[in-house]
Amino acid sequence: MFNLVEKRRWFFLISAIVIFPGLFAMVYSTVTTGAPFRMSIDFVGGSIYDLSFAEKGITEGDIRDAFAEFDDRSLTVQRLTLDDGTERWSVRGSYLEQDQTDQILDKLNAISPLNRDRTQIEQVSETIGAEVAQAAFLAVLAASFIVSFFIIIAFRTVPNALRYGLSAIAAMLHDVLVVMGVASIMGLFFGWEVDALFLTAVLTVLAYSVQDSIVLFDRIRENIPQYLGEPYETIVNRSIWETIHRSLATQLNAFFIMAAILLFGGETIKQFIAILFIGLLSGTYSSIFTAVPLLVAWEKGEIPLLSRVGKILPAPLAVEDRV
Amino acid sequence: MASHYRWLAVILLLVAFCVWVSLPDTTGLDWNNDGELDLVVEQKLGLDLVGGVRVLLEAQLPPGSFTIEDLQRAADNVNKRVNGLGLTEATVQVQGDRRILVELPGVTNKKQAVDTIKATALLEFVDFAGIPGVGNLDDTRILTNQQDQLLKARGEQASADLRRRPDTGQPFTTILTGADLQSASAQYDAKTGRFFIAVKLNDSAAATFSSFTGSRVGQPMAIVLDSTVLSAPVIQSQLGSDFVIQGNFTQDEANSLALQLRSGALPIPLREEAASDVGATLGQESVNLSIRAGIIGVVVVLAFMVLYYRVPGIAAALALIVFALMNFAAYKLIPVTLTLPAITGFLISIGTAVDGNILIFERVKEEIRAGKPLGMALDLGFSRAWGSIRDSNISTIIICVVLFFFGQTPGASVVSGFAITLILGLVINLFTAVIVTRTFLYLLAAWLQKPLSEKKWLLGA
Repeated sequence: MFNLVEKRRWFFLISAIVIFPGLFAMVYSTVTTGAPFRMSIDFVGGSIYDLSFAEKGITEGDIRDAFAEFDDRSLTVQRLTLDDGTERWSVRGSYLEQDQTDQILDKLNAISPLNRDRTQIEQVSETIGAEVAQAAFLAVLAASFIVSFFIIIAFRTVPNALRYGLSAIAAMLHDVLVVMGVASIMGLFFGWEVDALFLTAVLTVLAYSVQDSIVLFDRIRENIPQYLGEPYETIVNRSIWETIHRSLATQLNAFFIMAAILLFGGETIKQFIAILFIGLLSGTYSSIFTAVPLLVAWEKGEIPLLSRVGKILPAPLAVEDRV
Repeated sequence: MASHYRWLAVILLLVAFCVWVSLPDTTGLDWNNDGELDLVVEQKLGLDLVGGVRVLLEAQLPPGSFTIEDLQRAADNVNKRVNGLGLTEATVQVQGDRRILVELPGVTNKKQAVDTIKATALLEFVDFAGIPGVGNLDDTRILTNQQDQLLKARGEQASADLRRRPDTGQPFTTILTGADLQSASAQYDAKTGRFFIAVKLNDSAAATFSSFTGSRVGQPMAIVLDSTVLSAPVIQSQLGSDFVIQGNFTQDEANSLALQLRSGALPIPLREEAASDVGATLGQESVNLSIRAGIIGVVVVLAFMVLYYRVPGIAAALALIVFALMNFAAYKLIPVTLTLPAITGFLISIGTAVDGNILIFERVKEEIRAGKPLGMALDLGFSRAWGSIRDSNISTIIICVVLFFFGQTPGASVVSGFAITLILGLVINLFTAVIVTRTFLYLLAAWLQKPLSEKKWLLGA
């Protein structure tokens, strides 16, 4: 049985290597653009036009001209891949009301006929954007608080319940930082935007991260009374190996489904799925390589300030509600 | 053993019911044969899948200057207009204390639909008689005493751009408003080739109007819609309850004006705060792509489970099919509006459903490796894995509840679809991962007792 727990410093280092570039990207992005991510219109307001033309021939200049009269903010105009020979453009700009949007569409239609059946327009005012951003902030706070509380409740019968709770929360933060970092980096390099669905992905990752930690901690709590003579580290390591098949099989199944959506599904939710997948991967990693090593480090007094808070004793524990 | 057969019967009945509900043609059930459906099932598809228009309208008034009843009345009028446009699948709901969300599946002409819905449609008949220097005011915006009162009630000042009486500088006098109409319809005059609105006044208004027009024959009167003069005809003779309104209407304009007059003026002016307009073809493509992706993903998962866990894998695969059917049926029974995020929520919940089975099977394998006989290994596997399955599902359900509330924010509504299907999946999974899988697995184990105890590889161990 390879001792995974022994290598914990390496795993902490790997986590740091993954998380720090993301943190750096978030700081850099905040300094340069005022926000840690590229915010989508969901949070800041604005318009996205996915325009489809029946014929080829319209140019970026034509499109900019059509918008010029109404949209003073800098427009982003991008030509999309031509999958079926039609001309598709994506335009981002400020929030406009119906009348102005209609005039723009009429102008475009006069230059090159629009294919309205394949055109999509999303518009969100700044007021609504600000409200969604505020609700998002509250949702993250509420979710973190409730889940932390749940973990502490779920582990209340284990000796040193607080350690388990805090380690699971640390793993949860680890995963959230990983996905936020990835979103920030992808925003800087590939223009990925953070929208309401991104927040959904983050909270789902949070839930599944806890799920992984709970399964692993459950096993540790069950093994403690069964291997009374063994050092804590060995018991923990045994527990990881006993649950690793489950972790891998579950991760593999999640991968199958998400890969299918990424490869064969619609365009609009691909970023959502990619973020979700990275988060679930990180969730499995962090429960094994962050939460559990933290438990052991704490037990061995390796964490400054926390080392004096009593020792974990392999106290005999009734295996009551688990059997 | 008998209890497993009982469960099998329950499961088979449940499956039959779910298959029936999920059939595309099923619309409901009429228990007592009174011709009305007592159980209604319907598949609701979101705008991102069928195409259509969604608009979030916000009251264009300061908070406190109108009541929630005013907003509800505005929503009712919007609803009448939407129904008048023939959009039966549309939904109109009040959101919070100052917004109305309108969803119009299948609408392709957003401009016409939204213009019809959000127009205040305050129609007024205004006295122009004896006012010197009025001239031709067609298409200009004027201030009437009716509007002046409305503005004052809200604590606002009338814009200086609105024309007032040239002789006194006071607002023009309103004689009647659209609220006094009994009916309104768009009609076509073949002689002039123009559309006009035929209106009928209610009885008390007809008396007022009759005495007014009787005393002002030869004088002008203005017909004003939302402050804009439609026309200012000269009164030719005393008018009764039925007359026509002429203007430069196209057929569409005449139709929507008649509809607005029938449904009444909005008590609150509305402004667009967010809108989404999805082409119908794009929606159809999304449906096709999602179905294909979902099927491929699920088939790979089923194959993996059978290959990796063998006989238990077969039980899990069967349980997963039951799981999917129960979800599909739930979507139509509740009903859940399916959107792309909602479909994703379902697919993610499949991952969790399988995880429940994996937890159990890994436990069973461990117990068999530890030398326990098959029956005991199965019992221990299910009972020991239950705690983990329950706790881990609960944490995800909690998060989904938070997500659901976040999705109630106007502008984040895509999120609630994901949360609802994921919660449903998790709850249904607590039943299928344990009861359904256990029934199938015990029955398979009973039928294949000999080979299973001799050939451990059949259990994936």
